[in-house]
Amino acid sequence: MVKYEAVIGLEVHVELLTRSKAFCGCSTAFGAPPNSQVCPVCLGMPGVLPVLNSLAVEYVIMTGLALNCTISKRSKLDRKNYFYPDLPKNYQISQYDLPLTAGGFLEIEIDGSRKRVGITRVHLEEDTGKNLHPEGASYSQVDFNRCGVPLMEIVSEPDMRSPQEAYAYLESLKSILEYLEVSDCNMEEGSLRAEANVSLRPVGSSEYGTKTEIKNVNSFKGVQKALEYEIERQRQVLSSGGTIVQETRMWDEEKGVTSIMRSKERAHDYRYFPEPDLVPVVVDDAWVGRIKQMLPELPQARQERLVAQYGIPAYDAQVLTASKAVADYYEQCVRNGADPKAASNWVMGELQFLLKEAGTDITRCQIKPESLAAMLKLIEDGTISGKIAKTVFEEMFRTGRTPAEIVRERGLQQITDVQEIGSVIDKVIKDNPEPVESYRRGKTKAIAFLVGQVMKATKGKANPELVNKVLEEKLK
Amino acid sequence: MVRTGKSETREPSALTAHELRGLMQSGKMTCTEVVRAVFERIDRFDQQIKAYLYLFRETALEGAAHVDEKIKRGDELGAFEGIPVALKDNLCTREGETTCASRMLKGFRAPYDATVVERLANAGAIFIGKTNLDEFAMGSSTENSAFQVTANPWDLTRVPGGSSGGSAAAVAADETIVALGSDTGGSIRQPAALCGIAGLKPTYGRVSRYGLVAFASSLDQIGPMTKDVEDLALMMTVISGKDPRDSTSAEVPVPDYASVLDRDLKGMKLGVPREYFGEGIDAEVRESVERAIDRMRECGAEIVQVSLPNTKYGIPVYYIVANAEASANLARYDGVRYGYRAPDASDTISMYEKTKRSGFGAEVKRRIMLGTYALSSGYYDAYYLKAQKVRTLFRRDFENAFAVCDALIVPTSPTPAFRIGEKTDDPLKMYLSDVYTISANLAGVPALAMPCGYSREGLPIGLQVIAKPFGELTVLRVASAYERHRGFSLRKPPLNGTKAN
Repeated sequence: MVKYEAVIGLEVHVELLTRSKAFCGCSTAFGAPPNSQVCPVCLGMPGVLPVLNSLAVEYVIMTGLALNCTISKRSKLDRKNYFYPDLPKNYQISQYDLPLTAGGFLEIEIDGSRKRVGITRVHLEEDTGKNLHPEGASYSQVDFNRCGVPLMEIVSEPDMRSPQEAYAYLESLKSILEYLEVSDCNMEEGSLRAEANVSLRPVGSSEYGTKTEIKNVNSFKGVQKALEYEIERQRQVLSSGGTIVQETRMWDEEKGVTSIMRSKERAHDYRYFPEPDLVPVVVDDAWVGRIKQMLPELPQARQERLVAQYGIPAYDAQVLTASKAVADYYEQCVRNGADPKAASNWVMGELQFLLKEAGTDITRCQIKPESLAAMLKLIEDGTISGKIAKTVFEEMFRTGRTPAEIVRERGLQQITDVQEIGSVIDKVIKDNPEPVESYRRGKTKAIAFLVGQVMKATKGKANPELVNKVLEEKLK
Repeated sequence: MVRTGKSETREPSALTAHELRGLMQSGKMTCTEVVRAVFERIDRFDQQIKAYLYLFRETALEGAAHVDEKIKRGDELGAFEGIPVALKDNLCTREGETTCASRMLKGFRAPYDATVVERLANAGAIFIGKTNLDEFAMGSSTENSAFQVTANPWDLTRVPGGSSGGSAAAVAADETIVALGSDTGGSIRQPAALCGIAGLKPTYGRVSRYGLVAFASSLDQIGPMTKDVEDLALMMTVISGKDPRDSTSAEVPVPDYASVLDRDLKGMKLGVPREYFGEGIDAEVRESVERAIDRMRECGAEIVQVSLPNTKYGIPVYYIVANAEASANLARYDGVRYGYRAPDASDTISMYEKTKRSGFGAEVKRRIMLGTYALSSGYYDAYYLKAQKVRTLFRRDFENAFAVCDALIVPTSPTPAFRIGEKTDDPLKMYLSDVYTISANLAGVPALAMPCGYSREGLPIGLQVIAKPFGELTVLRVASAYERHRGFSLRKPPLNGTKAN
C-alpha cells in the first residue's frame, strides 16, 4: 500500500489595527450599529476616489520584516473584479503581481525541533462588507461597516507536512502579529481568518498532488481538525483508486466534515489590473529603516533573552513568550524584585489557571505584576507559607487588593514563634497517643499525620519546616 | 475677441465671465439681471437645443440676489463671483440629480459635491443646471444620452459633438456664460470645436477628479468650456490644484493663468505634426487650420515640422485602455445600493443581469463587454498590457516633439458637426471623430480647442493647441495671441427661438 504525505499551505487574512479604513477616514471599530461607519468612498458611490492609508502600508511592511521578507521598493495596488453584494464597487482593491513584501519565512517548533515555513507574500487589500440574511425574510441586508477595513493577506509556501505543523504555524504567526501590535488577531470577531490548502503525494515524490482549499474555519484547532479530516478523506479517495478534484471545501465544525463549496470550473477570472485611482507605492530605504527601528523584540528573540537574562528553563521561556502580554507581565513582575523561576511558576501555573477559569485574559487581570512580586516576597521572607499564598492569590485575583493588605486583615501571617508552635504540638501529642506511639516504635511515617494536626490547629499558618523540626525533637 | 466697448449693446448672456465681472463689480449690471438673462435664453431656445437635463433656477436666483447684496455691501468678492456656470451631468452635486444621462442613475442624488463644484462655489459661481452628455460620457455626439438628443445651435439637424455636447451647446447658445465638461478622449475639445467655443483639457492630474463619475480613470480630466480664452484661464485658476481626496492630482503649484494672455508669439516655436493632416481630414478643416498656422507665423512664431509616428495607434489603444477601466468603474451600478434596480429579479445574479441589461444603453454595454474581454485571463497581455506599453510610446512621441517646439497646432475634429443619426449605426465611424484628440489623453498632456474659422455651410471649425505636461500657460498664451490676431470675426449661431409659454 502507498504511503502518503500531506502538503499544506496556509492563507491568513488579518484586519489591521488602524483607526481608520484603508482608503477613507471611516472608523474601523468593531461592533457599531450596521452602516454607521460608512461614507461615500467606502460605499462606492459614483465619483469617489480612494486615498491610501499609509499606516496600513507601514503595518504590512512591519509584518514583512518580522517574517524575513523582502520589501518591494515599488509596489502598486490592483483591482480584483468580481460581483458580490458585500463589495460595493464590485471590485476589491488588492495587490496582484507587486505585493508590498514577499519571499520570507517563519520558524515553528515541532517536538523540540525547529522548522522553517516559507512565506510567499504579505500584501494589503480591503475587507468587504457583510451580507446578513434575516431568518424567514425574502431579502438580504448588507452591513458595510467592515467594508474598506485594511486587510493583510499572508500566504505561506506549501511547506507544512502535518496538521500539527499548520497549528504551530498559526500560533507562531499570531504571536508575531500580536507582538507587532498590527492586529488584535481575534478570530471570533473575524479579525483573523485562516484558509488551508492541502494535497497528498506518495512519500518520496517531489511533485505536488491536486489540492483542495478549506474555508470557513473559525479556530486554530478547527484548522487542525479540518486538515486531519481532509487528509484522511483524500487518502481514502486515492487509496481506492480515485482522483482528487481541485475544489473549495467548507469545514462544518459541528459535523466535523468538509463538503464541496465550489469547483475549479466555476472559478473566477478576477481580471486583475492596476488600480488607476492610486499612484504606485514607493518604499525607500529611509522609510524601511524607520520601520525597522520601530520593530519590537519578537517572540523568538525574547525567548532566548529570557533564558539568558533570568536563567529560567527554555520551556518556561517559550510558554511565557507565546503571548506578548504574558511575557510583558512576567518581566514586569521580575523587574519588581520577584525571583525569576518563582515568578515563572506562578504566571504559568496558578495565574493561567485562574484566568482560564474566569474566562478572561491577562490584559484584564486584577493582579498587578508588582502585587505578584510582593506576594512572592512574602513567601520568600517567611511571612506566609506557599500554601497560604494560594489563598491570598485567589483573593488578590478576585479583588485586586495587595497581598500585604489581605495577609494583615485576615491574620494570615505565618507562625514562626517556636514557643507558640511548641505549645500547639504539646496539645497534639497529648490528644493523639496512638500515632505518637507508633512513631516512637519506628513508624516514622506517622509524623505526617501529626504535622497535619498541627497545621489544622493553626489554620495552616504554622511554618511547616518549623513544625517538623520541633515535633521531631519533642517525640525523641 | 469680444469688444467690451460694445458690451452694452449685447445681451448679458452673450458676455464672458471676465466682462461680467467688471460690469457687476462696477455696478453697471446686477448678478440677478445676468442670471435672469441666462434663464430667458434657456426658456427661449432650450426646447430646441435640449442642452440641459436639470435647471437650478430657484437656487441660482437666490444665489444671484446674495451676490448682489455682497456687491452692494462692498464685501470681498470671489474670483468667480456671480458668474453663471453649467455643469456636465457626470459631476456630482448635492443639488438636483446626478444621472450621467443614464437610466441607471435616473433619480440619483449625490451625497456630496465634486471638488471642482466646491471650488467654483467657494469662488462665488452661480450654478445654472446640469447639462446633457453621452451616457457615462461614452460617445462623440451626445446621441447616447438616455434622455434626450442635444442639437447643435449652429444647425439643429446636427450634433453638438460629445460627450460634453450639452455644455458646449449651452455655452454656444448663450444659455450659460461658461460650463464644465469632462474629457476622456476629446469630450471637451471635439464638442467645443463643433459648437464654435473654447475648451481646455488640462494635464492629467491638474484638476481633481473627485466627484467626476469615472469613465476611464487614467484618462478622465475635468476642464472649462467658455466663449473665449481668457475665461478658460480664469476658470483654470479656480479649479486647478492638488486635492487630498484625489491621489492622482498633482502637487504642482497653480499659477495665475490669465497672467500670460497679453503676450505675443515672438520667439515661440510651434510644431505641426504631419500625421494630423493626412487621410480622413475634411479639406475645409485642413485649410482652416493651415490658415491659422499662417496667422501664427505672421505673428512671429516659428513653425516647425514634427512627427508623432504612433498617432495611428491612438484609437485602438484608447478603446482598450478606456473600456478596460470603464468595465471596472461601471461594475458598481448593480442595483444593490442606489440608482436603478430591475423590478423582476428572482435572485442576486438575475438582479445584476436584468439591472445591467435594462439600465445601461447599447454603447455603454458594448464598451463594458469590450473592456471585460481585454482584461480577461489569456487576453490581458495581448490587449491591456500591450496598450499600456504603446501609451509609453505616445508619451515619448510628445517628449520628442516638445524637445524641438513649445506647442503643437493641430485640428480638433476631422470634420465639422455631422448630422444627427449619421454615425449612430457605425460605432467605428463614430470613434474616428476622436482621432485628433485621443493622443492628448493617452499622453496626459494639456490640449486646448478654439474656433479657427467656418465651413462654407457656416459650421464652426476648431484647432487644438497642445503642450507638454503642466504647460497650460503655454497653450493659453498661444491661444490668446492667436485669438487677438485670428483675422476673422466670431459669429453667433443663427438661432430663431420660440418663446416658451
